[in-house]
Amino acid sequence: MRKCSLDKLNLIFAEIAKDAALYLPADQTDGSAAYKKWEEGTALSDALNTVRSPKDFFFPQTEDLMKFKTQGKNIDIIDIRTALEDFVIFGVRACDVKSFDILDRVFLTEPVDSFYASRRSHGIIVSMACTRPSETCFCKTFSIDPANPAGDVSAWKSETEIFFEANTQKGEDFLNKISSLTEECDDTLVATQKEAINKIMDKLPLKNLDTSAFGGGKTNELFDSPAWAELSQSCLGCGTCTFVCPTCQCYDIKDFNTGNEVIRFRCWDSCMYSDFTKMAHGNNRLTQKERFRQRFMHKLVYYPENNDGLFSCVGCGRCLAKCPISMNIVKVMKKIGGNKSE
Amino acid sequence: MQKITREQLIEKASALLSNSTVSCVLGWGMGEFDYDVTPTTFNSVEELEKGFVFSDFCGANFSKYLVKKAAACEGKILVFLKPCDTYSFNQLLTEHRFDREKVYVVGIPCEGMADINKVKAICGEGILSIGSKGDKMTVTTLYDDEPVSIDAKEVLAERCLNCKSKKHVAFDELLGDEGDVIESNRFDEVARLEAMTPDERFAFWQNELSRCIRCNACRDACPACTCEKCVFDNPNSGVENKSPANSFEEKLFHIIRAYHVAGRCTDCGECSRVCPQNIPLHLLNRKFIKDINEFYGEYQAGAEEGQRAPLVDYTTEDLEPGEVFDRRDSDA
Amino acid sequence: MNNVNDTLIPKVGVITDVRIDTPDIKTFRVVTPDGKKAFDHMPGQCAMLSIPGVGEAMFSITSSPTNEEYMEFSIKKCGCVTDWLHNAEVGQQITIRGPYGKPFPVDDVFAGKDLLFIAGGVGLAPLRSVINYCRHYRDRYGKIDIVYGSRSKDDLLDYQEIINEWSTDSGVNVHLTIDNPQEGWDGHVGFVPTYVKELGFDTNKVAVLCGPPIMIKFTLDGLCEIGFDKTNVYTTLELRMKCGVGKCGRCNVGAKYVCKDGPVFRCDELEELPDEY
Repeated sequence: MRKCSLDKLNLIFAEIAKDAALYLPADQTDGSAAYKKWEEGTALSDALNTVRSPKDFFFPQTEDLMKFKTQGKNIDIIDIRTALEDFVIFGVRACDVKSFDILDRVFLTEPVDSFYASRRSHGIIVSMACTRPSETCFCKTFSIDPANPAGDVSAWKSETEIFFEANTQKGEDFLNKISSLTEECDDTLVATQKEAINKIMDKLPLKNLDTSAFGGGKTNELFDSPAWAELSQSCLGCGTCTFVCPTCQCYDIKDFNTGNEVIRFRCWDSCMYSDFTKMAHGNNRLTQKERFRQRFMHKLVYYPENNDGLFSCVGCGRCLAKCPISMNIVKVMKKIGGNKSE
Repeated sequence: MQKITREQLIEKASALLSNSTVSCVLGWGMGEFDYDVTPTTFNSVEELEKGFVFSDFCGANFSKYLVKKAAACEGKILVFLKPCDTYSFNQLLTEHRFDREKVYVVGIPCEGMADINKVKAICGEGILSIGSKGDKMTVTTLYDDEPVSIDAKEVLAERCLNCKSKKHVAFDELLGDEGDVIESNRFDEVARLEAMTPDERFAFWQNELSRCIRCNACRDACPACTCEKCVFDNPNSGVENKSPANSFEEKLFHIIRAYHVAGRCTDCGECSRVCPQNIPLHLLNRKFIKDINEFYGEYQAGAEEGQRAPLVDYTTEDLEPGEVFDRRDSDA
Repeated sequence: MNNVNDTLIPKVGVITDVRIDTPDIKTFRVVTPDGKKAFDHMPGQCAMLSIPGVGEAMFSITSSPTNEEYMEFSIKKCGCVTDWLHNAEVGQQITIRGPYGKPFPVDDVFAGKDLLFIAGGVGLAPLRSVINYCRHYRDRYGKIDIVYGSRSKDDLLDYQEIINEWSTDSGVNVHLTIDNPQEGWDGHVGFVPTYVKELGFDTNKVAVLCGPPIMIKFTLDGLCEIGFDKTNVYTTLELRMKCGVGKCGRCNVGAKYVCKDGPVFRCDELEELPDEY
């Protein structure tokens, strides 16, 4: 384990930024935090997490896939993929690190999505333990340990110091680069912090959230529950939950005609939107109840069925904080799963 | 902070359910915490007693829900409206968006609603409970041994700090006073933006709108946005509700939306309340309201049912487009 | 980077022939610019065709894999991509990617069996591929029955091929029907589901169904009535698709993705899915 004083954190950022673009959570003018590219003067935010999840780094909200030039009856397809440089995402919370595994299972299974794969292979993830989880956190439900975040490097921040431990070869290389600014240390202080975090985790209001009613094979049991109508009755059909969610990965492919070429781009889409499944001859999900159900069934039943029981939720709590009507996966799990106990 | 209590509201609703005046109640459903209430239809006294809440976090404007819920309710639906909600209610009626006969409105007084983000800015994350007594809120958190006492005024939502009216402009009955239109400073921030140079103003909106994730929550919560099919939901429009194709597109979306609700926006502030990125969208609408007031005389959308807004009405006194242009020049 | 294939990046295809089949269905022949087949496929699989700036959509490949020269797509005019294609002329380039989806189990389950193909309207398009495949490898299969119905005689797809080739094959029986009587039509008149029941087939066959949802529903009910087991009935689904490889989420029904786990499903498998297709 390596450590350095927080006074030197800025020097570390400067060192990292010499070779690779460095992104970290920074405070915005509205008081929330967002990942920003580090430049001299950018400070690491103290916020628990960013409003937008770091999935943007691998699966951006909008990305160009290819271009077309057309002339008369002819079409020229232009591959616009370019070689990427390495980049570092610093300060990723344990829940968000786990979300990358969930996205990997979608984008890296055959046929591999080369756009995602290329970003993924160039990203170095420095995670950060959560010393002050929120009441909306329920990562433990999905066996995520905020005291031991995964990633290429794990970091722990105290009042005065920051500690690093490498988990992968990429992480080792990363720590070697900043070795002149850090010193070897034992893990006594980090162990104390982990203990403190665990104590807080035991006090979180959502600590006993139960997943036993969900998982692969539960489709027939849960699909026709009358609770879906009740839960979705006030759903606005906006995309807030989907767009702040670190694991939502549905996308649309669209063409944009600039006048002299056509850009085919991909962008986030939401199963909550009315046109998500609309075709020329009909729509197989006509009401918001069906769309709402799809989102939660996918996270809690369909995804686990296809992915060894892994749920497509990391308990980050973003949807709890951001849904305009305060309807969210926790309320769904309690109501549909028949779990009202605390 | 609220003067009216959950018990009073349940009592009123129960009475109206029991004497069959209404067959369902649109109210606030209990959440996981003390601040995350969900608009909910209650069908019985038992359901009310089990899940109905009323607190400083019941900010949602119920008027728009009536478009769907009034039609879905078998008999009449009881709705509790705060003064600002009643303006949206009238505006929706003016636009024939729901059947007035299907709705029973109980006007309730409002002391201003709290913004959970402001509470968290003071007390931090890890809020376990929020209690309210008089002008104080008591917040217990995971990280403080003792409950924290905060001044309720300090955490008022922006739209409540700039409350324009405590007057109920539509109701079947009232719990409390009819209330009055009050003086507010709601245009101060607009005036500040107007005083900026175009470059400064552009930078301001660039910064704010750059956070937009195009989730459409502002549109979907807006009581003035009740088109059956929004242009941004039409796959053939080329601008359907997806992420922006470029950095200009989110500005386009918000500007088009502001134009579309101009003269109809009652300044209820739902757009800014629901924005997950805290974009002060209400300022765009307030700019339009301020301009309409200055160009055509004071006009408050929703003040009366059936009123004709200046932008859809013609009088010989209407100012000429050239005068608007001149005014812009003299301001710059 | 550019030497890594990505399934989302298509190839250029050229329309080399346009056949007008019915008032609203045309069959397009597509090859690559150097005159080859864009890729190999199996019966029942699909391809994504697109016109840059107009859109991309999934179509079943109508031609048989045994055709080594080109691919064919029978396309009904019903949306912006199909409208555009219907206006396209020979020589027009489009883009093509695929093949997508699970094919009909022609080489295992179907082998040695009597086969019953039932199609309605443009539903013949995906079946033409498998029918021609089975006709090509005629000795691998038992008796073949084809029931095909449409609104009118003019709406029957591939009519010339059916009359001149399929009907003349030995061991292949074609049963055509149209919804309403029509001058110049001396064949059967009536809806497909009723006609299937009237014909009353042996139930030791594998049946393959394709057509409008309502036709599939009633025909399946009819087949069950005359004793067919759902494990011997196959059909294909159509939902909105964007990626074609089970990632974009659009055609997700239950734990299945129609683009990659379908479009071919056995009817008993369909029953396991939530009713959202």
